[in-house]
Amino acid sequence: MTPIVDLPTLTELQSNAGADFVIELVDTLVAEAPGMQAELRAAWAEGATQRFRRAAHSLKTNAQTFGALRLAEAARKLELHGLPPDAAPLDELDACCHEALAALQALAHG
Amino acid sequence: MAELPTPRTRPNGQGARLLVVDDNKVNRLLLARNLELQGHRVALAENGLRALEMLRSEPFELMLLDIEMPELDGFGVLALLAADPALRDVPVIVTSSLEGVAHVVRCIELGADDYLHKPVNPVLLRARIDSSLEKKRLRDQLQALVRRFATSEVAADLMQSGFALGGHRVQATVMFSDIRAFTALVESQSPEETIELLNTYYALMFEAISAQGGVVNQMIGDGLMAIFGAPRALDDAPLAAVRAAQDMIEMIGLLNTERQAEGKPALAIGIGIASGEVIAGYTGTQTRATYTCIGDTVNLAARLEAHTKPAGRPLLMDANTAAALAGRVAVQALDAVQFKGKAAAVAVFAAQGGAL
Repeated sequence: MTPIVDLPTLTELQSNAGADFVIELVDTLVAEAPGMQAELRAAWAEGATQRFRRAAHSLKTNAQTFGALRLAEAARKLELHGLPPDAAPLDELDACCHEALAALQALAHG
Repeated sequence: MAELPTPRTRPNGQGARLLVVDDNKVNRLLLARNLELQGHRVALAENGLRALEMLRSEPFELMLLDIEMPELDGFGVLALLAADPALRDVPVIVTSSLEGVAHVVRCIELGADDYLHKPVNPVLLRARIDSSLEKKRLRDQLQALVRRFATSEVAADLMQSGFALGGHRVQATVMFSDIRAFTALVESQSPEETIELLNTYYALMFEAISAQGGVVNQMIGDGLMAIFGAPRALDDAPLAAVRAAQDMIEMIGLLNTERQAEGKPALAIGIGIASGEVIAGYTGTQTRATYTCIGDTVNLAARLEAHTKPAGRPLLMDANTAAALAGRVAVQALDAVQFKGKAAAVAVFAAQGGAL
């Protein structure tokens, strides 16, 4: 099964940018993610294809940066497939986001 | 836990000024961090519109540009940069996680120097930035060199259109000017004084000509040739040339006041102006060429300049130029002159030097 966070990716990020900086970066993601999730859901509700794709793309990029593989894959599906017929994929993404942020906070703070 | 990286000192002792454009805060902070660790100074913009505002208000050596952004996306930024002469030379590296080759191709076609997929590998980032900055440095050096040996208009034309031998027909006004009795003057003073005089003379003449939109494209001893209307079109080129000539004569008058106070002989100049079709372009060889204009109009301007001495008038022009002035500058018809190489006598008009 795909891991929540790919440790080599996170370790490399810490090595390149500095572990303390990665803590700040994870905190930034924790602060920003709810806004991106809300934007995704609002765009879906309004049928705003472009906004929906952009919000999914943004979440995917951030997830890839930290090695949050499950979240990245869930966001990627939404980016590539566009507006889903029901909210199930959004619920799945929210769950992935929740577990990824919890794991990243724990790992980043060591 | 990994050690904290420390900023790297760059070979030139100072990093480049870079602009990072990304709507995502995590991306902006991480990219800025990586760049600062590489010794650069970083400014941040959260969308394309803000990036353009910043580019227009302060200089940046390179921009890292996201594509998916609200307000104005990266494609829009690239298109606007390409259309803006002041900004089109700013190197752009696109950083995006958009999938598919088509996006990369579109960015490159719109003028991006490079494309890096997110998450951006810091080692690759360093290599691409160093490469882009080096290319920019060489391009800036080349531009500075071209500007030193060509007019800024020709330099801009070269940078925009590239170099190609050959010409095209354009409507332009051509001016020839030289210093009367210059040979005798040279013999009466030291070489250092002559060079100093020529430098002062050219500085004044360039100022007068370029202020009216003209381009000095040849300097031969004490003579010069200027073009109004090429390589860039100029509204009302004949009037601009005549105004420039009047300013030149007035400046020589001011210079003479100084020279006479120093006990030096006064200078006199003769100016010939002709308007019409010219063939403008680069002549020479692939390795050594110059931008110039040729044709009957050019020859006539040169003949008119030579005729200022026997005519006893500092500024002569042809019928086309006089007609184009449409009464905005007072001109006087002189006797027609049979110039060498011309089948028929040519109408010659004189204007007073200085503002009328």
